[in-house]
Amino acid sequence: MRSDRASIGLKIAAGAGLAFLHLPLLLIFVYAFTTEDKSYQWPPPGLTLKWFAVTWNRPDVWEALSLSVRVASISTAIALVLGTLCAAAVSRTKFFGREAVSLMVILPIALPGIVTGISLRAAFNLADIPFSFWTIVLGHATFCVVVVYNNAVARFRRTSGSLIEASMDLGADSFQTFRHVILPNIATALLAGGMLAFALSFDEVIVTTFTAGQQQTLPIWMLEELVRPRQRPVTNVVAMVVVLVTFLPILGAYYLTRGTDTVAGQGK
Amino acid sequence: MTSAVRFTGASRHFGSVRAVDEVDIDIAEGEFFAMLGPSGSGKTTCLRLIAGFEQPTSGDISIFGQSAQGVPPYRRQVNTVFQDYALFPHLNVLDNVAYGLMIAGMPKAERHRAAEEALELVALPGYGKRKPSELSGGQRQRVALARALVNKPKVLLLDEPLGALDLKLREQMQEELKVLQRKLGITFVFVTHDQGEALSMADRVAVFNEGKIVQVGKPEDIYYRPEVPFVADFVGSSNVLPPARTEQRIGKRCPAARRPEAVKIGAVGTVGSEGHAAVVRATSFIGAATRVSVTMDGTAMIALVPKGQALPAIGDQVHLSWDADDLHLMEPGA
Amino acid sequence: MSDAIADRPQNGVLTRVSDTLWRKPRLTILLLLAPPALWLGIIYLGSLFALLAQSFFAIDEFSGMIVYEFTLKTYGELFTPANFDIIIRTVVMAAAVTVAAAIISFPIAYYAARYAKGKWKAIFYLGVMLPLWSSYLVKVYSWKLILAKEGILNWLFETLHLSWLLEAYLSIPVIGGNSLSVSWTGTFLVFLYVWLPFMVLPIQASLERVPTSMLEASGDLGAQPSQSFRYVLLPLALPGVIAGSIFTFSLTLGDYIIPQIVGSSRRFIGQAVYAYQGTAGNIPLAAAFAVVPILIMGLYLWVAKRKGAFDAL
Repeated sequence: MRSDRASIGLKIAAGAGLAFLHLPLLLIFVYAFTTEDKSYQWPPPGLTLKWFAVTWNRPDVWEALSLSVRVASISTAIALVLGTLCAAAVSRTKFFGREAVSLMVILPIALPGIVTGISLRAAFNLADIPFSFWTIVLGHATFCVVVVYNNAVARFRRTSGSLIEASMDLGADSFQTFRHVILPNIATALLAGGMLAFALSFDEVIVTTFTAGQQQTLPIWMLEELVRPRQRPVTNVVAMVVVLVTFLPILGAYYLTRGTDTVAGQGK
Repeated sequence: MTSAVRFTGASRHFGSVRAVDEVDIDIAEGEFFAMLGPSGSGKTTCLRLIAGFEQPTSGDISIFGQSAQGVPPYRRQVNTVFQDYALFPHLNVLDNVAYGLMIAGMPKAERHRAAEEALELVALPGYGKRKPSELSGGQRQRVALARALVNKPKVLLLDEPLGALDLKLREQMQEELKVLQRKLGITFVFVTHDQGEALSMADRVAVFNEGKIVQVGKPEDIYYRPEVPFVADFVGSSNVLPPARTEQRIGKRCPAARRPEAVKIGAVGTVGSEGHAAVVRATSFIGAATRVSVTMDGTAMIALVPKGQALPAIGDQVHLSWDADDLHLMEPGA
Repeated sequence: MSDAIADRPQNGVLTRVSDTLWRKPRLTILLLLAPPALWLGIIYLGSLFALLAQSFFAIDEFSGMIVYEFTLKTYGELFTPANFDIIIRTVVMAAAVTVAAAIISFPIAYYAARYAKGKWKAIFYLGVMLPLWSSYLVKVYSWKLILAKEGILNWLFETLHLSWLLEAYLSIPVIGGNSLSVSWTGTFLVFLYVWLPFMVLPIQASLERVPTSMLEASGDLGAQPSQSFRYVLLPLALPGVIAGSIFTFSLTLGDYIIPQIVGSSRRFIGQAVYAYQGTAGNIPLAAAFAVVPILIMGLYLWVAKRKGAFDAL
């Protein structure tokens, strides 16, 4: 009888793969403490906490961070509305355009970012729209819709249709049914989708480069630093903080949708 | 007698599929009305037409004299007990039951009191704080019932309400529902594919087949005087004779039916005004009696052997006998 | 006694709107879809078509201005040796990354799907999700640190006295270079690292869909474990692999940042697009280049759909 335990080779391979995924990130954490600021010397000649203070005092970091947070918040809000509307429409009845809708929603994220980026830039130029906060948001909201949509559709699918009928049967019209029955049941999926959309927007750099004009979101700031480093450890500190901060929404989204058959985030 | 629900030539087509095909129904106020039929026969669709979840493709439906055309479910004073109970998972039992009252704008204290009363009516006092996920199937069904009844509907619709329950619970609920209906005096319309259930609970039964109603009547009429072979076969088992055979026997060209319990098995030469030789094919014990399948003159027949009588073995030659009166004639050309 | 069709207390505007919506289900769907459809349609699809339209124009060589006349000349320019090189280079890299990612992901996905139970399942799940959603730039940056001449990888080779191996490797033409961080091997490694989670998840999803009973049945019918693996598990995991490959292939085709930060000066498609639409101002050529990954992915997706990969997404 074949035993159902994994072979040691498989365990090593799986573990090594997982380690491969995480070690580079952990490396950055170490570099955030190094005393050497002119190169990426390994092993670090010394460890210090001073770079945290330096980073705290850099105004450009704060500006970039603030812009990123604002863009991510508004984009997420827009994506939540559009994604839920789409998901509601698609899950209600089997209408002819279902697959077309799914395709259209997924396209912004399926096509390479550079395609989306220059398309939007060309469109803005054509319509003579100057780059601004809103041009960034426009781009971000567009590809964040799919994240919300996926989560919402999955949850709609799991929600029994008879709940809506029961609500109407008991006297609630469409809006009351939405408020009292539908919304409570999809709330956690929307929250999860929203968190993932936030993380996605916060991290996005390619499309943003084309739609931001002179402004710097945090990823753009980091790209600048990568190409023309000013104070390397500061970049490391920021990188470390970004990783830690993105942890939270991902963990949150996981716990919100754990136990359901589609756990949030699988369809990036 | 006031008509509670009336269908006039109502049809519901889904593309080329005629789920409900020109159906006429007249349900009286205060009646316990059953709609019986196999899956896909249109009975559930008819129920949904009354509730308002479907609209008729043609024909008219009226509830207490008013046309239901274009009237959404939330405006009808009709409530439904769903097959899967459809309890709201995010609300506790009390809020579930009070939902309709909440929507209607009743203040909290009042509606909670009414909900408690409804829960007592269905024998679930004090269950208010629990969540639906913590309840058993039978309990959920009662909550669904309470949730519907608390709104004092004119018509209560039940969609295969007892399907998910085990036999003992089902029988218990059948009794309780009957008592409840008598007590409240509300018109009950329920859908089932279980003919035993329909016969035991209903005042009148409508038998559906392929979108049409094939017979409406009191349970005894349906059972003892089926008008078409389909009814004879679907409601209880029956021995159905094709028209040619009936013509042979008694000269009338129409289908005829004889209930298995009317067919007596005995040794050759036993008493009975008519009788034939047959061979036993199979026996199955069903508790109060034993079903015996036999072949007589190349026709399959079923007989019921009551407890106490000697059972023949498979392959035995037996003698079947029955009274001529037990043959029920059905409509020719049916 | 009041009517059966009652006038419910809430006869406000919303309820009446609800009545209309209920009576006209198609209208409801239309209203639900209108905002997202308009948004995506106008903003996204509109600009996409604008871009594609540009690829059919050409730039006048002397004035540097775009000539708005339909021509296929720009597409023809894609076939010059220099440009065609770029395309081939990118496609080869994408293929290499895809294959390597599939090989490395498989044990992880297999273990996570079949053997990880309880808290280990969560650990593996989060262990793949967190890097997946971690900042793209941070990940690229981390490899810049690793591959730097003074960085950890070189240090490792030195400490193990294997520097000569590294030098020998770097002297191999095409994939070698002056240092790892300006060689295609470096680019390859970074691509592999960044897209790896995209491959693991779909494979894991499709492996999880294989009921254990199927493998048990295979064994029951006399197959060795390796045979069960080859004839039962692998074909069933294939849609997941294809789904993952869609991501790795597509993302590599269009990326311009990774080759810029870790790579040689020879360009990839993404960089070509970026360069041409920037200071060069040759939008038609940039558009033409941009169409290439779209076409390749379109073809790839069509083949993948035929093989049922979309069930694993």
